[in-house]
Amino acid sequence: MDSPLPRSRSFRRFGCLFLLILFPGMVSAKTTIHWWHAMGGVTGEYLEDIANGFNQSQSDYEIQPVFKGNYTETMTSAIAAFRAGKQPGLLQVFEVGTATMMYAKGAIRPVEKLMKDEGQPFDRSAFIPAVVSYYESDDGQLLSMPFNSSTPVLWYNQDAFDQAGVEQVPTTWKEVGEAAGKLVDSGMECGLSVGYQSWVLIENFSAWHNLPLGTLDNGYGGLGTQLTFNNNAVEGILGRLQEWTKDQRFVYGGRQGKSLPMFTNGKCGMWMNSSAYYGSIEDQAQFKFGQAMMPLDTKVASAPQNSIIGGATLWVLEGRPKEEYAGIARFLTYLSQPDVQKTWAERTGYVPITTAASALMKKQGFYQKNPGTDTAVRELSLNPPTANTRGLRFGNFVQIREVINTELEAVWAGKKTPGEAMDAAVEKGNKLLRRFEKAHKN
Amino acid sequence: MLKRVHFPPGVLPYLLVFPQVAITLVFFIWPAVQALYQSFLVEGPFGLSRQFVWFQNFASLFQSEAYLNSFGRTFFFSVCVAGLSMGVSLFLAGLADRVVKGALAYRTVIIWPYAVAPAIAGALWVFLFDPTLGIVAYLLELGGIDWNQNVNGGQAMALVIMASAWKQIAYNFLFFLAGLQAIPKSMTEAAAIDGAGPLRRFFTISFPLLTPTTFFLFVINGVYAFFETFGVIDAVTQGGPANATNILVYKVYQDGFVGLDLGGSAAQSVILMILVMALTLVQFRFVEGKVQY
Repeated sequence: MDSPLPRSRSFRRFGCLFLLILFPGMVSAKTTIHWWHAMGGVTGEYLEDIANGFNQSQSDYEIQPVFKGNYTETMTSAIAAFRAGKQPGLLQVFEVGTATMMYAKGAIRPVEKLMKDEGQPFDRSAFIPAVVSYYESDDGQLLSMPFNSSTPVLWYNQDAFDQAGVEQVPTTWKEVGEAAGKLVDSGMECGLSVGYQSWVLIENFSAWHNLPLGTLDNGYGGLGTQLTFNNNAVEGILGRLQEWTKDQRFVYGGRQGKSLPMFTNGKCGMWMNSSAYYGSIEDQAQFKFGQAMMPLDTKVASAPQNSIIGGATLWVLEGRPKEEYAGIARFLTYLSQPDVQKTWAERTGYVPITTAASALMKKQGFYQKNPGTDTAVRELSLNPPTANTRGLRFGNFVQIREVINTELEAVWAGKKTPGEAMDAAVEKGNKLLRRFEKAHKN
Repeated sequence: MLKRVHFPPGVLPYLLVFPQVAITLVFFIWPAVQALYQSFLVEGPFGLSRQFVWFQNFASLFQSEAYLNSFGRTFFFSVCVAGLSMGVSLFLAGLADRVVKGALAYRTVIIWPYAVAPAIAGALWVFLFDPTLGIVAYLLELGGIDWNQNVNGGQAMALVIMASAWKQIAYNFLFFLAGLQAIPKSMTEAAAIDGAGPLRRFFTISFPLLTPTTFFLFVINGVYAFFETFGVIDAVTQGGPANATNILVYKVYQDGFVGLDLGGSAAQSVILMILVMALTLVQFRFVEGKVQY
């Protein structure tokens, strides 16, 4: 009241603020795109570096990464958001969620279609075949953009090998058994352990020996797929491991990556799990370690085929404003550039997704300086993927893996024979497949 | 003369209870109805395709051996959790009731675990008992017990029971202590003069007078064990090994939130809801008769 001037000025200020809130576009011409992801810790920071790199490379779009918890939490919250009409444009989904995403027609925009529609250059042959084949539709269209990819390898403790007199890194399951025996004899508490047992011992074991997991090309041929992994080869390897549990040559250490400390503490001399544990092992292990390709069961195949991928891809969700899609397409182009891929792969231990990036890493001597780090790429690109090894497309796969984990645990505890366990897993798994088929029929 | 304000008869009480009713409707009844509706559907996670299947979700549950087995397991788990946590907290409350010096400090320390989130409580216990890293597992091994909750189902069950019970001790302790302190001192003093020892006094005077509290806690702990323990189980065993710790509520979570099978998960929660309603009814009908107020 005492002086009308400041008051009117403050009104004007308020008016400006009001306009700003109403039309944010008037101030910044940038389109913001939300990217929900599941990368915590250091990997999350590297992911943000990629987003920042893109944001600085142009001025039209801004990618905003949002950490949403682990893979399951990220996917569940995105689905809830979609049902409420508040989904992000870009979403990171783990590989077992592929079928769920793919059959959600109307919720997702296939990446290859997006790139074409938005006029972004896209060359499918530039990608490493086994990396992209997992995420293609049955007619070969790329559905989602591979982001962080890994594959199982055999990690070994070189110091323990030396001490136990294991001269060569095992390449077959027979040799793994012998090496494990020597390790135990030398006083170790355990020869071999595994993580992500369904992924490593069933899914990748089958691909490595070019065996199908299910009918209709592992589900790529349609919703009517049936599981068939209760075969002699799988049961043979499980029988071998069950036998080994009796004298500690094999010790089960829990689901996912729970058994990592058993390897890094020097309890187990060998560990089979994802190549992406490179960073953790390097950080925690007080010994010389190495990684080698998965062992071969010479009774089943004379040479390995190729391994299949794990990790996650980026899905583009429908229902966002039109201009966001142009930005997403440009971001995906940025993401696939060799130098971006190279930095990401070198920092995280994930596999580069293009052959150009892999070649660049080789040329600049990364693999030479860090021996063994190319194991994953070599496993994935050992041979062109076959119908058995391009990937897996089973609905309700999260629950099927749960069933497999449960049955495998019964094997490790000696409660079931491998045959009984795998028959039960296939029977229960097929029920889950039929449920998924029913939910997606119309 | 004062003017009298007349309300039409009967409206005010309704108005006054309206907030309570509204909250119940929105947060309890509506979700329950939703769950009931969803339990009749087989639905894609995004809600883009669905089929109405009547009772098929229920039928496939009751055909599943794993699901039927988890009923017995859930009862065993709940009885153990409720029994263990109530037993320990009654014991602690009995002791704390007699403490004169520093009573507040004891009480505070005992109440602490209640502030710990279930997932964190689970993580603590996992760490203690981890076969590779855990201090308790190490001590057990020295004692000749080969501890590995990742393979041994019985050990895994024991671990989740301990972790879940530990979490609830603080809550039970508070109520038992309040109950004990409400018992008139004159009664115990009279018994003491008659020559009854502390144990005798406890079992003939304190415990019978505590029955209302015990009954209340029994219901609460049952509900806790049935519904709120999935955080602990998720952190400790994730239902494994080989389903040894897969109780009903964990399977609801696993199928619904992890597996994205909304119909199947809804059917399970409907069954669980009916089960708990029935249990509570039984408790009030038959157990409450033995309670001395």
